[in-house]
Amino acid sequence: MSLALDKPRQPRRPAARRGNGELYSWLFMRLSGLLLVVLVLGHLFIMNILDGGVHKINFGFVAGRWASPFWQFWDLAMLWLAQIHGGNGVRTVINDYARKDSTRFWLKMLLYVSMVLIISLGTFVIFTFDPNISN
Amino acid sequence: MTATAETTAGSRGSQPPVPDGAVTVTVKIRRFNPEFDDEPRWDSFDIPALPSDRVLNLLHYIKWYVDGTLTFRRSCAHGICGSDAMRINGVNRLACKVLLKDLLQKGDKQTTITIEPIKGLPVHKDLLVDMEPFFEAFRAVKPYLVTYGNEPTRERIQSVADRERFDDTTKCILCACCTTSCPVYWTEGSYFGPAAIVNAHRFIFDSRDEGAEERLDILNDIDGVWRCRTTFNCTDACPRGIQVTKAIQEVKRALLFKRV
Repeated sequence: MSLALDKPRQPRRPAARRGNGELYSWLFMRLSGLLLVVLVLGHLFIMNILDGGVHKINFGFVAGRWASPFWQFWDLAMLWLAQIHGGNGVRTVINDYARKDSTRFWLKMLLYVSMVLIISLGTFVIFTFDPNISN
Repeated sequence: MTATAETTAGSRGSQPPVPDGAVTVTVKIRRFNPEFDDEPRWDSFDIPALPSDRVLNLLHYIKWYVDGTLTFRRSCAHGICGSDAMRINGVNRLACKVLLKDLLQKGDKQTTITIEPIKGLPVHKDLLVDMEPFFEAFRAVKPYLVTYGNEPTRERIQSVADRERFDDTTKCILCACCTTSCPVYWTEGSYFGPAAIVNAHRFIFDSRDEGAEERLDILNDIDGVWRCRTTFNCTDACPRGIQVTKAIQEVKRALLFKRV
């Protein structure tokens, strides 16, 4: 910076760095929301409207879909985005409404644990799904 | 009305004659006296008023002629000082800027006006709240000119366009209508609130000021602008017509794109 200070005792104070966590979480909500509109509406359309709707869904149908990496990725993206988007939303609700610090901490811990559990379980199923399991 | 007048008379003696064209309205006030009450209670007053009266006139009438213990703030009584912010019929307004004719019921129905203290701040007595948490948030965003280096020998010149940039947020009178209308502020008092962000906006976008980065960092915090849920309560509540939510969004944009 080429700013010449002619009063050395009045230095330009560096701004207090507080991190951009809240900014990124706010931005993530907008971007993941846009993606989820496409992913979820597409998912609902395929599952509930196309080709006889919900009655066609059975083990074989799911197995057929997950044979393709495209649908594996689709469901994986939907799982991760929906979990983190929803979890982040609930996190802000907890931040807004929890009155005591200890309540806030434990509610958030419960939330994070459930998020990690569901994301890992879902991811595990998508990647290790065995279509011959019934045999 | 007369029954209470005997025990707790108004501060200015007997009631003046009722003027022509006056209607009787019921004013329902949420009151709290820390010396006697454990919980806030509702008090109703039936008083004569002209449609051209402001709500503040009704409060004056009650205090002066009916019940002198009624406590509220007011100073200029003309919408400039920002002292008499209160919740009138469920929305935050300045009592000196709301006309009775806009609250009257159609036809011959009895009009009831509810008046409560602004929400989210501790109530001292009746409509009088502790404004300190509000001003604390205001001070935290450094609402003054921040510059570095030597003072110029001449005036700090600014173009019309640069002045226009923050014109809207210079109108704030710190009445707390916006901050105490915000649902996030009601539940979580550590949020800076709309008024503090408006006053930060006034300096962040001032071309003469050099403290934008410091203020933006303060508002980037967990209690800063990202808490805003864009419910627009603040914009609706502002008696000066400031586009409060828009100002908050402009601060968010400045943080997002690192550009003032």
